[in-house]
Amino acid sequence: MVEIKNTGEHVTADIKGDIDHHNAANIRSEIDAVLENSTPRVLILDFAGVKFMDSSGIGLILGRKRVLDGFGGKLFIKNAVGHAEKIIKMAGLSGLILK
Amino acid sequence: MKSKTKSIIKNQFRLVIPSRSQNEAFARVAVSAFASQLDPTIEEINDIKAAVSEAVTNCVVHAYPGDTVGQIEIIARIMSDYRADNLPDNVFYIRIRDKGCGIADIEQAKTPLFTTCAEGERAGLGFAVMESFMDKLKVSSKIGGGTTIIMSKRLVTKQSV
Ligand SMILES: Nc1ncnc2c1ncn2[C@@H]1O[C@H](COP(=O)(O)OP(=O)(O)OP(=O)(O)O)[C@@H](O)[C@H]1O
Ligand SMILES: [Mg+2]
Repeated sequence: MVEIKNTGEHVTADIKGDIDHHNAANIRSEIDAVLENSTPRVLILDFAGVKFMDSSGIGLILGRKRVLDGFGGKLFIKNAVGHAEKIIKMAGLSGLILK
Repeated sequence: MKSKTKSIIKNQFRLVIPSRSQNEAFARVAVSAFASQLDPTIEEINDIKAAVSEAVTNCVVHAYPGDTVGQIEIIARIMSDYRADNLPDNVFYIRIRDKGCGIADIEQAKTPLFTTCAEGERAGLGFAVMESFMDKLKVSSKIGGGTTIIMSKRLVTKQSV
């Protein structure tokens, strides 16, 4: 499940629950539905509500990053802790984490 | 000199499920609930959950692609490894097997970022996660015959079971 806050310039997607292969498709289409109608300067993926994540989460992050790269937007990751953070770092995506 | 290890199975279960994506969460939760008998740390439980999720997802996505549904067999074991002059170590063993398409080149498949399914937003990191979150990973496969993943992890358990 995703809760989206859209100010036009900034879109924040609060992802909730488990990010695995089964759930990723829904999370992806909820975020992409917003990106179809707006081209935000910044998309923030907020992981505070993420209970579990595997490599499907990396596919989700990189896929959205590709969409934003398409119109010159920037993607950032917020509040990733525990295993989500461990996997994001393993994937070499530490540079996307907002401090 | 390296001393000999004797392994004893203390407990085990076997689970056979169809390769439906709904079962990815079920499989990782079932295996981690069984592992909790060893009183693992949260970190260890999360490592096991992620490794199982990767192996089972690979069966769903790659072994039986598209609309194909096949069987996934999961065996989990709680083992005691006895080495000379030592208290036994608790080792958690997992075997995940499919009878799907098989892997042509296992070394290539294990290379981080390698994927045969980029259009499905796969990152090519499943094996990297299994390898780094578990102590041992063994992959065997036969084209057309299926793939078997064996993983194990020594748990820093407070007491022996
Ligand atoms: N059970 C399997 N049966 C057939 N092929 C497999 C199986 N498991 C893995 N593979 C092959 O190995 C490759 C690498 O697997 P790995 O899990 O590392 O990455 P991925 O599944 O492609 O992406 P990710 O796991 O990051 O979503 C896969 O792209 C696939 O070609
Ligand atoms: Mg995978």
